[in-house]
Amino acid sequence: MAEINFKLIKNPLSKENPITVQVLGICSALAVTAKLEPAVVMSISVTVVIIMANLIISLLRKTIPSRIRIIVQLVIVSLLVILVDQVLKAFVYDVSKQLSVFVGLIITNCIVMGRLEAFAMSNKPFDSMLDGLGNGLGYAIILIVVGFVRELFGSGTLWDYPVIPQAFYDMGYQNNSLMIMPPMALILVGLIIWIQRSRNKELCEK
Amino acid sequence: MQEILNIFVKSIFVDNMIFAFFLGMCSYLAVSKTVKTSIGLGLAVIFVLLITVPVNYLIDNFLLKEGALAWISPKLAEIDLSYLSFIIFIAVIAAMVQLVEMFVEKTSPVLYAQLGIFLPLIAVNCAILGASLFMQERAYSNIGEVTAFAFGSGIGWFLAIVGIAAIREKLRYSQIPAPLKGLGITFIITGLMAIAFMSFLGIKL
Repeated sequence: MAEINFKLIKNPLSKENPITVQVLGICSALAVTAKLEPAVVMSISVTVVIIMANLIISLLRKTIPSRIRIIVQLVIVSLLVILVDQVLKAFVYDVSKQLSVFVGLIITNCIVMGRLEAFAMSNKPFDSMLDGLGNGLGYAIILIVVGFVRELFGSGTLWDYPVIPQAFYDMGYQNNSLMIMPPMALILVGLIIWIQRSRNKELCEK
Repeated sequence: MQEILNIFVKSIFVDNMIFAFFLGMCSYLAVSKTVKTSIGLGLAVIFVLLITVPVNYLIDNFLLKEGALAWISPKLAEIDLSYLSFIIFIAVIAAMVQLVEMFVEKTSPVLYAQLGIFLPLIAVNCAILGASLFMQERAYSNIGEVTAFAFGSGIGWFLAIVGIAAIREKLRYSQIPAPLKGLGITFIITGLMAIAFMSFLGIKL
């Protein structure tokens, strides 16, 4: 049993975050975050796919000819995504309807391909799984933060339970419907990047 | 004819790939540093979309959908292969990109030199697979509509990436707080552009 390398899990959560630092997998991250529930389901699906894909590619890394590795990676990832899609359709049909095409788009999610290329092709299976777990969690954190803010201010609910008391609405409080619209996802991620980089100066771009 | 025009305009402005669905954000952020390269990538995306989406439409309708195999023999009418669509679509896209690359290399070396680096990258651009999946989900009724949708989405993506590239070229001369430089400000500007595009909501020809 190899020693668990905690760095592989810890780094992607902050200073190597897949979304805010490596800029991978933005597409799906923004589109599914109008509500908390789809964001959580999406994070879990992506994490599972990354871990499994990293494991499989890492096991096969010595036998894959480098010229056709992209195709091999795509095939393995799309098999895993088909499995995830069928499981979601079977157990959480409503959420799977909300996620619509974005489950399928995990195939071309740059996080998965990026980690396969950058890590799994050159590292041992167990480390690759940890790397997958770390990056999946790093992706999940951003999705959950964005989903939390958008649902709370956009529809006044969390996980579909109303959390803003009726008394507020009676006093004239209104939901900010711009929060549910796509542009706010972009602006929120921009703000998260701003906060993270002002706390961690070495991440700033020249 | 009017329906086709409607789909075309709608997929450029209202259902813009980037501003409404965030598809193809990775290459959008990575390649939008100068207008010249972004025009190259934008054209390549239009080109590949225009080929892959109608091809995937035909495959979906004549092979994968429930009952689609009935044209071979009525016995096959019950087969539903739609769970295979992800893997088939991505295979078609990868193969088409490879074919287009070879074709362009043979016929037009000038265009090839311009698109060269971007063509292989396009296989993993989410906008391409996304367009095929949207095509499947929205169930367009004939190939004309599908082609209009593909062309419109491509043009919408092109407009978005050229727009942000032009803005980023200007941004180099403005003073931005250091933590916001680069990625952060690009996100926020894209958000503002998306708000501008929201004014097209509800347009119908």
